Amino acid sequence: MNEQPVIRTQGLTRYFGAQPAVYELSLEVPRGGVFALLGRNGSGKTTTIRMLLGLLEPTRGGGTVLGYDIRSLPPEARARIGYLTEDHQLYGWMRVRESGEFQSRFFPTWNDKIFRGVIGHFGLRPTAHVKSLSRGERAGLCLALTLAPEPELLILDDPAMGLDPVARRALVESMIYLTRRSDRTIFFSTHQLPDVERVADHIAVLDHSVLRACCPLETFRNSVRQVRLRFPGTPPPLPKIPGLLQAVRSEGELRVTCVHYNGAIEAALRGLAPAQMEQSPISLEDAFISYLCDRGEKSFILSETEAQP
Amino acid sequence: MNLNIVINTGSPTPIYKQITDQVRLAVATGKLAVGDQLPSVRALAEELVVNPNTVARAYTDLAREGLIESRAGRGVFVTRKRKMFTREEGRRRLEPLMDGLIGEAMVLDFTQEELRAAFEKKLSQCQRNFGKGGNSNNE
Repeated sequence: MNEQPVIRTQGLTRYFGAQPAVYELSLEVPRGGVFALLGRNGSGKTTTIRMLLGLLEPTRGGGTVLGYDIRSLPPEARARIGYLTEDHQLYGWMRVRESGEFQSRFFPTWNDKIFRGVIGHFGLRPTAHVKSLSRGERAGLCLALTLAPEPELLILDDPAMGLDPVARRALVESMIYLTRRSDRTIFFSTHQLPDVERVADHIAVLDHSVLRACCPLETFRNSVRQVRLRFPGTPPPLPKIPGLLQAVRSEGELRVTCVHYNGAIEAALRGLAPAQMEQSPISLEDAFISYLCDRGEKSFILSETEAQP
Repeated sequence: MNLNIVINTGSPTPIYKQITDQVRLAVATGKLAVGDQLPSVRALAEELVVNPNTVARAYTDLAREGLIESRAGRGVFVTRKRKMFTREEGRRRLEPLMDGLIGEAMVLDFTQEELRAAFEKKLSQCQRNFGKGGNSNNE
């Protein structure tokens, strides 16, 4: 991991009317590896991506991509970025192979081996008509068209949307294939946590237009902990715990999920005098859901620089 | 070499740990023997469809434990298992596992004799992978 980040934003903000779609977003995407942008629908992922590509003017704040100001990305910068949109735009009257030939003329760096490899991976015939392709096949063709110029930075906006499990696996395999070149960076938004678990080095979490986490995936997993406390009767009320994400009470049990679990939190929980108390491991999906549910405290942000317990 | 690692996403166990756990088990049960070669980081990552950094992390952990070693230009190999814990620490770690096993056997209505026999059978299957015990260094 060398030099400056491939993407850096500072206070990036975009309003639609009075409503912020992205609010004061400051994040850094290191060069090399796979970075996943997560968040619920409407949390600002697509707006962020469109601003990064210079397709949407920020209301304030700004950023750089490959070192260039996002407000004035020159064509030579754009040529180094591969962008896959949510809606796969293709020419229906072309055949698969013709789509590749057409696209290749815009890119001096076109690598036809990659194009053929990816369409083969998605089971596409080169002679198939584009208009006859299924959603998964269109996604495969778009991915092939985006990967073949060997972009330095690949930005994928929800590439897994609407894909069946087989096509999704082909997508993830293609992403892993791309990491063969250690100087290549993939930045993608998604709802598919299993895919994130497989491929992502780093994650950023947007929640209601605000960045709530930006750190290595492992840091995120280590930071969110679940503790089960058992009581002979009804669990006592919970004291104020910093970083509390979720507290679920049932008969005789209190299940507490929090971020930045440390000695102070442990002491506070022990203070409730539970008959039994144990930390239980938590899946990425459960961690993510407790992180974004509306019950907990939301005043913290998880970042790379934070000391880990 | 028959290393059948299975990855479960959505598990509370992170993927790198699923890999280290399964390699450890394969060595312990003799599916992997000393000197066996493991796939390269890249090859295993593509086979399991996971980020190569995740596999690298697993291999680093296993190498630190002395279970595998990377020989420059030749690949990754299973090495002799080195002693990592003091006897006392080893006992401390073994204790809860034995409690779990015995508890489970009680629930499943095994007699002591049956459990002992099953245990003996298992032991004999992975005999060659056991160390000399005590405080010897197993080098």
